[in-house]
Amino acid sequence: MSNAAAIRPGRPALPEWVRRLPEYLTIWVPLLLSAAHLVSFSLWTIWISFTPSTLIPVTGWVGLRNYTAVAASRNWQIAFDNLLLFGCAFVVLSAATGLILAILLDQRIRGENVLRSIFLYPLAVSFVVTGTVWSWLLNPGLGIQKLVHDLGWTSFRFDWLIDRDMAIWTIVIAAIWQSSGFAMALFLAGLRSVDADIIKAAQIDGAGPVRIYRRIILPSLWPITITVVVIQLQFAISTFDLVRALTNGGPGIATQLPALVVYDLMFQRSLLGRGAAAAVLMLLILLAVLLPYAAWRYLQRRRAAHA
Amino acid sequence: MAALSIRALSKRYANLEVLKDIALDIESGEFTVLVGPSGCGKSTLLNIVAGLDRPSAGTIEIGGRVVNDVAPKDRDIAMVFQSYALYPSMTVRQNITFGMECRHVPKTAQDAAVANVAKLLQIEPLLGRKPSQLSGGQRQRVAMGRALVRDPLLFLFDEPLSNLDAKLRVEMRMEIKRLHQRIGATIVYVTHDQIEAMTMATRIAVMHQGRVQQFADPDTVYRYPANLFVARFMGSPPMNTMPARLESDKDGLVAVIGAGRPDEVRLRLRDYDGAAPFVGRDVVVGIRPECIAEGSRAFSGEAPVLVEAPVDMVEPTGAETMVSLRLGGEPAMARISPDIRPAPGASASFALDTRRICLFDPETERLIA
Ligand SMILES: Nc1ncnc2c1ncn2[C@@H]1O[C@H](COP(=O)(O)OP(=O)(O)O)[C@@H](O)[C@H]1O
Ligand SMILES: [Mg+2]
Repeated sequence: MSNAAAIRPGRPALPEWVRRLPEYLTIWVPLLLSAAHLVSFSLWTIWISFTPSTLIPVTGWVGLRNYTAVAASRNWQIAFDNLLLFGCAFVVLSAATGLILAILLDQRIRGENVLRSIFLYPLAVSFVVTGTVWSWLLNPGLGIQKLVHDLGWTSFRFDWLIDRDMAIWTIVIAAIWQSSGFAMALFLAGLRSVDADIIKAAQIDGAGPVRIYRRIILPSLWPITITVVVIQLQFAISTFDLVRALTNGGPGIATQLPALVVYDLMFQRSLLGRGAAAAVLMLLILLAVLLPYAAWRYLQRRRAAHA
Repeated sequence: MAALSIRALSKRYANLEVLKDIALDIESGEFTVLVGPSGCGKSTLLNIVAGLDRPSAGTIEIGGRVVNDVAPKDRDIAMVFQSYALYPSMTVRQNITFGMECRHVPKTAQDAAVANVAKLLQIEPLLGRKPSQLSGGQRQRVAMGRALVRDPLLFLFDEPLSNLDAKLRVEMRMEIKRLHQRIGATIVYVTHDQIEAMTMATRIAVMHQGRVQQFADPDTVYRYPANLFVARFMGSPPMNTMPARLESDKDGLVAVIGAGRPDEVRLRLRDYDGAAPFVGRDVVVGIRPECIAEGSRAFSGEAPVLVEAPVDMVEPTGAETMVSLRLGGEPAMARISPDIRPAPGASASFALDTRRICLFDPETERLIA
């Protein structure tokens, strides 16, 4: 840079900080602003969760009363159970779907680029759109069930959307549709990064494709698997718009999730303190996932630095 | 019996011809080194022999059996890769037994084979480790162990020492050579390093641009390079090659470097009868650096040819002094005694050993005599 300035005659070199000003403005200002927002609003929410605030924030101290009230509410208990079921089912199934798609694409088939784009497209769609479209597809009177009925198979039933016990699975389906392409992209990159010589060595050793995947390629994927699981869990815990558009927590409160409870408490029942307590509980769940992950990453990096 | 014969083999990728009409016959027990610059097609040839790639034309026989349509695992070969290609998620022991596992060898036989190989390569303490916990040299040994345990008809090595540091490379070079002498295996070994080729091979195939330029024992390749490429590729520093004119007088043939110049160098050639048709024409004279020495050197046998030549540069290496000089105006390298340091820019006296001169046809670049 300084060379370029030096050989261009008749133009005084700008001071370092002026030349780097755009860089500072585009990187640091937004970063600091969003960090400040994140930290200050998190702290504010934590503070509110210990106050008796209802419609408007008020000072005062109620200790853990908001927390006990939230934890004892049926709404939250159902939301928490749903989160466990939805989180586990969604993470496992979307990772599995992504892995299967990646292995199929890894067979160097024709049209790989087109297929990869198709599988990745749902990621570009907003969750609200995904939720709305799937709410039509899964609506017994409009979507898949109606289509099969119209084809003449009138005994066919697919009404999970309005079935209390099965409705949570409709969210699992829509979430998998939305994000297994993302898992696929990560897994495919992992599959492709296996050294070609290792595969050749295995072929000479006499391993067939199944054994090569099982013993050599898949074991090398587990760091990617952990990354996929953590990213998907994070999404699962904070799921809001998808459920809001697809079932809105219904039927009844059968598909309630923590983020919906927070919204419900804060903006519909105007119980700011309790809503904040629920939000802090969500944050704790998230930390329970992210902190071990951060620790694991740290250990990995330290081990890599030592090797 | 020929362990490996390759006939009329060629390989093209789209419109790039990587291997052209390769023919090699390798006897059982031979240590054949394929040597050539990067990109000349050595790995491609080895992969085709291994069955990891298909030839565009030609046949490959291993142990007398045509294997063109035989899967790699059934060719009775083992391969060692430059990257070692160890299975990262398996221990050293599992790396070595994986092939036997695939072939359903009983567990007791597997254990015995591992113990054997581990002892041979002195890797017993490493058997429980993962490849990531090994040094480069240790990985190299494990990769060899994985090949040895197979006890194949043919070993294929693709630049197995390229990733090691210089000292370890020399050690492993000797160790592989010793191993070959001990187990008498047939080895095809690929390298771009001509010193590895010279030191290890029983026969060398020099490759360039997808063709085998010469296939002969190391002494022949060094002494009688088939063409200018081989002359300039083998040896470090390589053979000096200088344009010259071939003349004849009553005593026989004379090669004149820089003919007509005041400092022309006349090299009398004896027993070069094959060159007679080139009298009166241009040739290329090839002379190894060790055949140019300080003026006081007496090459065994008759008196050497003495020349006065200007010195360009002097590089002492400790064991010898490398001198770049001009013979009849043409640049050349000389290897002289370590304690002699001619002054750059001045002239010095050099002795030439003319018995080991090579003559090449400048048109075809082939060896004449
Ligand atoms: N799969 C391939 N497709 C196209 N060209 C290739 C392929 N593999 C090798 N080549 C080309 O073939 C030539 C020889 O390659 P290689 O056998 O790896 O050389 P070497 O091992 O002697 O360095 C190179 O020019 C390389 O670019
Ligand atoms: Mg190569």
